[in-house]
Amino acid sequence: MKTGTLKQVLLITDGCSNQGEDPIAMAALAKEQGISINVIGVMEQDVIDDQGLKEIEGIALAGGGVSQVVYSQQLSQTVQMVTRKAMTQTLQGVVNKELQQILGGGAKTMEDLPPEKRGEIMEVVDELGETVQLEVLILVDTSASMTHKLPTVKEALLDLSLSLNARSGSNRFSVFVFPGKHKEVEKLLDWTPKLESLTTIFSKLKTGGITPTGPAIKEAMSYFQQKRSLRSLLSRDDEQYFEESI
Amino acid sequence: MMMNNTLKSLSNLSPGTTIRGKWYQKQYTIIKELGYGANGVVYLVRDSNRQAALKISDNPSSITSEVNVLKSFNKVQGSALGPSLLDVDDWEQQGKQHSFYVMEFIKGPDLLSFIQQKGSEWLGVLMLQLLADLEILHQNGWVFGDLKPENLLVTGPPARIRCIDVGGTTIKGRAIKEFTEFYDRGYWGLGSRKADERYDLFAVAMIIVNTSYPRRFNKTTGGLPQIMGMVKQKQELAKYETVINKALSGHYQTAGEMRRDVLSVLQPRKSGASSAQQAQAKSRVQVHKTRTGKHSSKPKKKSHFLETVFLIAAISMMYFFYLYSQVL
Repeated sequence: MKTGTLKQVLLITDGCSNQGEDPIAMAALAKEQGISINVIGVMEQDVIDDQGLKEIEGIALAGGGVSQVVYSQQLSQTVQMVTRKAMTQTLQGVVNKELQQILGGGAKTMEDLPPEKRGEIMEVVDELGETVQLEVLILVDTSASMTHKLPTVKEALLDLSLSLNARSGSNRFSVFVFPGKHKEVEKLLDWTPKLESLTTIFSKLKTGGITPTGPAIKEAMSYFQQKRSLRSLLSRDDEQYFEESI
Repeated sequence: MMMNNTLKSLSNLSPGTTIRGKWYQKQYTIIKELGYGANGVVYLVRDSNRQAALKISDNPSSITSEVNVLKSFNKVQGSALGPSLLDVDDWEQQGKQHSFYVMEFIKGPDLLSFIQQKGSEWLGVLMLQLLADLEILHQNGWVFGDLKPENLLVTGPPARIRCIDVGGTTIKGRAIKEFTEFYDRGYWGLGSRKADERYDLFAVAMIIVNTSYPRRFNKTTGGLPQIMGMVKQKQELAKYETVINKALSGHYQTAGEMRRDVLSVLQPRKSGASSAQQAQAKSRVQVHKTRTGKHSSKPKKKSHFLETVFLIAAISMMYFFYLYSQVL
């Protein structure tokens, strides 16, 4: 079974967008292109308001991903759990499609099968989750209210790379922040299998300004595409480079 | 962690609610909630004649994964670590379908409260049981993953350590599915999250540390120095210090190796007994032997010494005579 590469956006934010396109619409657009959008809402003592919560859930729902709201202390575990859950969800979608083709007619999904038959299918999903290629584009909200949370975000991302690099399949990560210094969205780290290089860049990050979540998702999508076309020209090398954004 | 909405509705089932399986029509009546985690809610239920634990989730794939693990656990001969699986089914409620499975109800205090109540001498015994179970599990190609005191209950009497959450169990060589930071070697910067025997043994060592630090502690400098520094501060951990150090730095290749070392900590004179009781019995015999031995050992040593002196004297006398005769 060919699954190609799983493409995920991981959005880390603490509230509502306030500029540009509707992020939920952008998430829906991403889903149409085979990119799933996961959202993690980070709280500190403050609580995310209803509107923010709705947006977080809405983006993940429209983007075919997973959402979770957490206190910043639990961020590390949540980031890896959400990514893993989203992988399983996407892979299951792929497997369900295959099932429909095999079983023909009717809307057969895993849940329509008796419980004892699901086990083997789940083993296939697990196996794929271990071996599939994964691309995660991380979008970090750097508006003013995120200032104290950024060190925790950095830790969580390093932890994510540790978790995912334990798989046998290959991983590529890239990191974007919004708002950027000159643009709405700015690239911090280009596609790389390791996130360790984040440590130095993250400490220099400046926070503040608006929250253009919609435009950020839109930009992320184009980056996936751009990369795909680049990849057909270049052979897949793991050379890493990152741009100085500050 | 905050629960999502569907899970919240599943965690509010009131006592007396009946859950009827869609496929096999078995009925379960809820008695009370036992606990909830990120992947579902566990209830104490009654079917026609006995009590059981029922785990229900809005995520059918996590239920199926856990059922897969429980099934292979049940196939493993001689391992009593996980609960036995009784039923798997779906429950349709208000047009929504939730997956659930029913397992043996394991009753007892969790590891930390048990040791607090009964005394620290139980720690060693229970760790020996745990390591024996882990060895069987590892030999069958699995790694437990999310080992922590909350997941370990002590049933009995006779006291027996059991595990209630198998959600983290991973096939050897794959990436660990679930973990808890304090017991995770990746969090401490002491290794990868690839499932191997040493991953579980690291967690066992952290559980031993945890008994002296019930509230755990956070990573500051991380690494071996921080944890061993904390170990050195607690006198009751002194005897386990070497074992902890070896497990944290990945020196033990199998649970059996670590088990032998724990055993020799508890029984410094002689190791290799197969169960704690046997070991205890042996130690009593040993104590007896050494006591009676003490009286006879001193005179015996003296006689050995005299014998040697006599022999050397005799031989040198003969040699002397030989030399004397040669000279003449």
